[in-house]
Amino acid sequence: MKIASLTIGRIREGLLAGEFSAAELTAEALRFAEQENPKTNAYLHFCPDRAMAAARAVDEKIARGEDPGPLAGVPVAVKDVILTRGVRTTCASKLLAHYVPPYDATAVVRLERAGGVILGKTNCDEFAMGSSNENSAFGPVRNPVAPDRVPGGSSGGSAAAVAQGTAVAALGSDTGGSIRQPASFCGVVGVTPTYGRVSRYGLTAFASSLDHIGPFARNVKDAATMLSVIQGRDEMDSTSAFAPAQDYAGVLDAGVDGMRIGLPKEYFAGLASETGDLIQRGVDVLKGLGCQIQEISLPHTEYAIPCYYIICTAEASSNLARYDGVRYTSRSPNSPTLIDMYRNTRGEGFGAECKRRIMLGTYVLSAGYYDAYYLKAQKVRTLIYRDFLRAFEAVDAIIAPVSPFPAFRLGEKVDDPLAMYLSDVYTITGSLAGIPCMSVPCGRTAEGLPVGMQILTRHFAEADMFRLAAAYEKASSFFA
Amino acid sequence: MKITEAEVRYVAALSHLTLTESEFKKLAHDLNEILTYVDKLNELDTSQVEPMAQVLFEAEETATLREDAERTGVSNAEATANAPLAGAGYFKVPKVIER
Repeated sequence: MKIASLTIGRIREGLLAGEFSAAELTAEALRFAEQENPKTNAYLHFCPDRAMAAARAVDEKIARGEDPGPLAGVPVAVKDVILTRGVRTTCASKLLAHYVPPYDATAVVRLERAGGVILGKTNCDEFAMGSSNENSAFGPVRNPVAPDRVPGGSSGGSAAAVAQGTAVAALGSDTGGSIRQPASFCGVVGVTPTYGRVSRYGLTAFASSLDHIGPFARNVKDAATMLSVIQGRDEMDSTSAFAPAQDYAGVLDAGVDGMRIGLPKEYFAGLASETGDLIQRGVDVLKGLGCQIQEISLPHTEYAIPCYYIICTAEASSNLARYDGVRYTSRSPNSPTLIDMYRNTRGEGFGAECKRRIMLGTYVLSAGYYDAYYLKAQKVRTLIYRDFLRAFEAVDAIIAPVSPFPAFRLGEKVDDPLAMYLSDVYTITGSLAGIPCMSVPCGRTAEGLPVGMQILTRHFAEADMFRLAAAYEKASSFFA
Repeated sequence: MKITEAEVRYVAALSHLTLTESEFKKLAHDLNEILTYVDKLNELDTSQVEPMAQVLFEAEETATLREDAERTGVSNAEATANAPLAGAGYFKVPKVIER
């Protein structure tokens, strides 16, 4: 059984035909993942007991003649910012190194209810803050395609596990590009759904107005199946949307003839030339499928990064206040007073990037600066949001780069936070607007590094996004 | 300078972060660089623009409220299980009131 080449559909076929049981598949998947993990550090820890119990439940359902669910027996990895009851959830932070959550995230509950088998928890940037996975307290992740390079971030471990074949699909979280950018760097499919499409109950909060949960997979259909399972209103998350659930895997063959596609002119200026060429070739493929391509303008694009880094740090400074040495985290010893205890615990526990963002966020929210920074950024966010609404009057989808360049070397940008922030330029806009976006592989550079192409559609138009991605996948040859 | 060293120290106190001298130095440099960059937003006239806290979708005002019905929550034992110091069902912290 070759775990690394399995798809959700193939697993279902094999289970229903009695070729293998979910327990056999899971045991082999765990063995393979534990064997391969030292090459990438994609997983922080495994949960074999939970995985085997989930697998046995699938086998029992099949034995009783019941439908084992759309993710039956599928080995899944879950980013370690998403809570798993009884299974350590560290947020890749020293502060939460021993934290064991008392409840499951809704997305986790839905995955397992659909027959999914969670193998373990994946590495990421501490509290999902970063674009390279180098901010993990438990060591960086290596890109399985090029081990001297980063996998992207912050969901680097989830992307790497899927690319490496140690999971068939994975859950990540995306605040400003943390699913799409690592998907692009590792050559897999990564989906950020519409804001509110997937419940964030049990997702460790980073920037609440921007946080999303979304799937990784090696092909469009598997990603579509994953999102179909985890989507939908959840009364435990008051920001989850009432939009009717859709069967995304069922719309993939509908074709894209006549679909109107916009290319934002602001997105193609600062690209590495090979990245630009590969995306242009992707656009040519879509043209060949009957899409109508036109240039569009998203005029406030250049303000997205400053806007985002004010809003996300402000929200983060507030959300991270709870890690204070009282309820969840380890506690600094030698702190005689309560205030010392808070300050020492946080000063010793948080990594450099978290501290930088807490400081920046606290500053922009502090007395005298609120209007100049935070309120200003919220107004600019409105302008960026309106850019998209206007663009979608003329087009059905937007094609864009995901990152200005392919995976960079470990350590290359680690000392220059602003340069790291600037690399998020093409993913942040969609996050601020709350629209669905995804990265699909669109080829490799001469050095063999994967490049992703981004597809963005209207709010709740994931079906269009998947349909376009599937048509592209069929017409190209860049998918695993 | 967008932010002085004294301000960095003040913000660290507000943030409840104990920082080393080298961290203060590095953060003062980084924050200055970032704050200078985000000044770019002032190129835009936003006097007529409404701020946006998050993306909102059409729904009844009370649609997100659930029934006020009793339900089982996290137990006291589970809630305190991860605390560095707990006892008698409480989180324990250093003494805050002097006798």
